[in-house]
Amino acid sequence: MRRWLALLVLALATLGAPGVHAREAQPLADDEAVEQRLIGIAEELRCLVCQNESLAGSPADLAKDLRREIRTLIREGKTDPEIMEYLVSRYGDFVRYRPPLKPTTWLLWAGPFVALLAGVAALMAYLRRRRVAAAPLTDEERSKAVAILGEGR
Amino acid sequence: VKRFLIPLALFLGLAIFLGAGLNRDPRALPSPLIGREAPGFNLPRLASADAAKPGVFSPADMRGQVWLLNVWASWCVSCRQEHPVLLDIARRSDIPLVGLDYKDTGPEARAWLAEHGDPYLLSAVDADGKVGIDYGVYGVPETYVIDKAGKIRFKQIGPISQEILDGTIVPLVKELRK
Repeated sequence: MRRWLALLVLALATLGAPGVHAREAQPLADDEAVEQRLIGIAEELRCLVCQNESLAGSPADLAKDLRREIRTLIREGKTDPEIMEYLVSRYGDFVRYRPPLKPTTWLLWAGPFVALLAGVAALMAYLRRRRVAAAPLTDEERSKAVAILGEGR
Repeated sequence: VKRFLIPLALFLGLAIFLGAGLNRDPRALPSPLIGREAPGFNLPRLASADAAKPGVFSPADMRGQVWLLNVWASWCVSCRQEHPVLLDIARRSDIPLVGLDYKDTGPEARAWLAEHGDPYLLSAVDADGKVGIDYGVYGVPETYVIDKAGKIRFKQIGPISQEILDGTIVPLVKELRK
């Protein structure tokens, strides 16, 4: 009974509290479409100051400036690839989370698969060798084994 | 013994490969601007307190000279570390050193130079950081070596040390002057 009373008081208190109501999320900027495209582009880009954050989420000053630049480019009617090119020409392929396939990035893209293939090849070679080792005994070996085991009995 | 040699060799190879990776500075990224024309701009000069020379600076003003563009700011902590080296460049006074005062305010920048000494021929004020973006600046201080034709030949990210100045920048400038 006392627990119910406490819950009731709590519920009433919550209803009365002014700041507790969920409010409509404030739009990030005046133009929702621009902001959506900005997020789409910025999610693909690395913040150079704090390298493990995307440009969309980083609070760094440079990230804010770059988001501002991207907004301007979007308003100017630039396409997404053009905006990517704008950033890559200044900061290099490193700003992209998905770097393009080209001679300098071949190792980057192929490396994990090469390592996987090497691992599978090594494993197969090892298993094959073990199977050979576990081949059935010849008659000579069998009689030898019987002789030894018989002795032990 | 032989069956351990291959894994050992593989391990050593991997250890050396990864060890070399650990010793690299993850903040020093290759700049795509090397070998390309230095982006143009027109920025107001930071007028020094004694000789007020208002006006604008453009990289085109330096055409025909091998010069250094050093990105700095009064709020930049590593710039203090670099400053003695810049003052050394100024003392030698054979390499023109231009400052790009990045995302800074005039009074603070002037106070900073008054306190620490002004090694720059002049400083251009990039208050909103737009020119910095064109130059791919992400970690002040940064320094660019620009040749006679206005092409960027070298970029130092982070403070210049005396070794980098004597071992890399001075020889490169001499080479580019030829």
